[in-house]
Amino acid sequence: MSSSNRAAAIAAAFVAAIASAPEIARAQEKTLPGQPGIALPVQSLGIGRPATKDEIKGWDIDVRPDGHGLPAGKGSVKDGEALYQDRCAACHGEFGEGKDRWPALIGGSGKLTDDDPKKGVGNYWPYATTLFDYIKRAMPFGNAQSLTDDEVYAITAYVLHLNDVLKQDAALDRDSILKIKLPNAANFVPDPRPDVQGTLCMKDCRPAAEIHSEARKIGVTPEDERNKKRPGVD
Amino acid sequence: MPADDKGRNRPDENPLGRRRFLAAGAAAGAAALAARTAQATTDNKAGPPAVPDWTKQLGPGVGDRPYGTPSPFEKNVVRRTVDWLTASKESSVSFTPIAEQMGIITPSGLHFERHHAGRAEIDPKQHRLVVHGLVEREMVFTMEDIRRFPAISVVRFIECPANGGMEWRGAQLERCQYVRGMISCSEWTGVPLRTVLRETGLKPSAKWMLAEGADAAAMTRSVPIEKVLDDAMLCYGQNGEAIRPEQGYPLRLLLPGWEGNMSVKWLRRLEFGDQPWHTREETSKYTDLMPDGKARQFTWFMEANSVVTFPSPERPFDGKGFYEMSGFAWSGLGRVKRVDVSLDGGRNWQTARLHDPVHAKALTRWTMPMRWNGEPLLVMSRAQDETGYVQPSIAELRKVRGTNSIYHNNSMLTWHVKPGGEVENVQLK
Repeated sequence: MSSSNRAAAIAAAFVAAIASAPEIARAQEKTLPGQPGIALPVQSLGIGRPATKDEIKGWDIDVRPDGHGLPAGKGSVKDGEALYQDRCAACHGEFGEGKDRWPALIGGSGKLTDDDPKKGVGNYWPYATTLFDYIKRAMPFGNAQSLTDDEVYAITAYVLHLNDVLKQDAALDRDSILKIKLPNAANFVPDPRPDVQGTLCMKDCRPAAEIHSEARKIGVTPEDERNKKRPGVD
Repeated sequence: MPADDKGRNRPDENPLGRRRFLAAGAAAGAAALAARTAQATTDNKAGPPAVPDWTKQLGPGVGDRPYGTPSPFEKNVVRRTVDWLTASKESSVSFTPIAEQMGIITPSGLHFERHHAGRAEIDPKQHRLVVHGLVEREMVFTMEDIRRFPAISVVRFIECPANGGMEWRGAQLERCQYVRGMISCSEWTGVPLRTVLRETGLKPSAKWMLAEGADAAAMTRSVPIEKVLDDAMLCYGQNGEAIRPEQGYPLRLLLPGWEGNMSVKWLRRLEFGDQPWHTREETSKYTDLMPDGKARQFTWFMEANSVVTFPSPERPFDGKGFYEMSGFAWSGLGRVKRVDVSLDGGRNWQTARLHDPVHAKALTRWTMPMRWNGEPLLVMSRAQDETGYVQPSIAELRKVRGTNSIYHNNSMLTWHVKPGGEVENVQLK
C-alpha cells in the first residue's frame, strides 16, 4: 500500500472509531506507547470547547502551494523595493546577497552541484507561496506579523524580482502568485533512506586506518576550550 | 565475549576476567604505588590525615536553595555555543555537554537548544491550542484542558538533524559536545495526540497536520497523519517538572525519533489538511542536497547513531591502566540492538555491553572495559538498531551523499587517543 493510501486507510479507521460504533472503536484501539495494557479512552471526554471563526481567523496564517490560505491583497515589485530597503536590507543585503551570516535570498551564479553552493529563493526554493507564508509569519526578524497582506505581496514580489523570477513592472496577488513556477521545484525528491549503512564485520575489516582530517588543524573550535581537558572538575 | 540472544552482553561477565585483572594489578609494582601515594598526600590539603572545614562547620540548612543547583565544582558542565555558526543568538543552537552526561536522562537545564526567533516566554494561563481544518469539530484547549486528559510518560530523545552537520567535509570541531551535542534525552509527560483528537474528530480527507509554534518564528512543519496517529504526543512535562521554556513551555509537540525541528515548541495550533504545506522549514531548510543537485525532502526519521563519550576530547585518559570506556547509542526507528567498539580505526571490533533500560527512540548507555598501555588508539563506536540497520562510516556516507547535505550525518566518529592520553577528533580515509 502506498504511504498516502495507508494514511487514508488509517485516517478512515480512526474516524470510524470516533463516529459511533463502540465495537469498531475497540477493534481499532491501540495501547499507549511504552505502556502496554493501558487502553486509550474510546469516547470523547468532553474536554475543550468549540473554536469561534474569529479565533481561528486570527491565527490561521498559513499559505500552501495550492493557494490554500492566500489572502486578498496586492503588491508590486516597485512598492516592494522601498519596503525591502527599509525593513529587510539591513540583514539580507541591498540585493539579497545577505550580510555577515544572515541568510542570502539570492543564489548567485553557481550551480547546486558546486561545493557548498549558495541556496537562494530563485535557484533552490520550490514554491513562491512558501516565501509569502514565511515573510507573513516570521519577518521582519524581531517584528514578526507586523506587515499588512499588501506589504507581504509587495516584498514577496521584490524578492522574486531580485531572483530574476519577476520583471521590474510586475505585481503579485492571490491569482498571479499561483502562476509562478520556480525553476528548482522538480528537483525535490522523496526520502530514499536507508540508502547507506555499515556492516557488522568484526575482524580485519579494513586496511590499516589512515587519517583523513584532524579538527585540531582547522582551528575553529571556540577558544575557551584550549587547556580545559576536564570540564567536569574545576 | 558472551552475549544474550539480543546481542547484548551479560552484565555479570567481566570481559577482562577476574584473574587477568588481579594479575595486572600486582604488576603495577610497589615502587609506582609508593610514588603515587607520596604525590597524593602532598597535593591534597583536605584529604587524610587533615580534617577539612566541611567536616568541622555547619553547612547551609534546608531551604537554602528552594530550587537546587549543581555543585559549583561542576560549573563547566554547561550548554555551549559556536558563535560563528549563526548570525544571531536568537536563531541559533546550543549544545548539550553529552560527554559528561551520566545515565540516559539529560538534565533539563542541559537539554540542547535550537531556537529560530529566541525563547518564547509564555503565560500558561493565556496559552491556547487551536485545532482546526479537516476535523469534525474545530476546538480550543487551555493548558488546564490538556492536563485533564489521561497522561503518559515516555523516555525519548530529541535530536536536531544537523547534529554532526559541521563534519561532512572533515573533522572540524575539537569537542564531543560540538560534534554530537545536538541530542538530549528526557522523560516526557503529556497526552497522546490521538487521545486529544477524539474530541475534535478527523475528516477522512485529513492526511497531513500542520503544527505551529507561538514563538516569533511561528515555526511550522507538516506531519503525515500516520505519525500523528502513531506516537505523536502533546507534552507539558519533562523529567518530573513542567517543560523548560527552552524546550517549549508550556506545551510542545513530540514526534519520537523524528527530526527535532518537527517537535514544534510553544505549540499553539494544529491544522489538518489533505496535503503538506511545504513550509520554509521543510523546503529551504531541512532538505538534504545531494551531489546531483537533487534535494531530499521530508527526511523525517533519525537513523541509528552512537558516540564514545569516554574517552573523548574533553575527557582524556590520565595515565596507563584500567578504564571503562562508555558512550551512547540511539535510533529514531526503535531500540538499539547492539554496539560494537573499535580501538584501531575500524579494523577490529568488540561488542560493548548495553545498560538497561533500553527504551525505543531513547539514548542507550553502553560500556566497554579496557586496559590502556599508552599506545595511540583510534576509538570508534558502531550502533545497530532493531531494524537491523548498521551505522555507516563518514566515507560511506560521503560516497553517496557528497558533502552538501548538511543534515543526517549519523556516521561513526573517530577519536585519536595520543600517547599522553589527550584525545583529538579525526576522520579516517
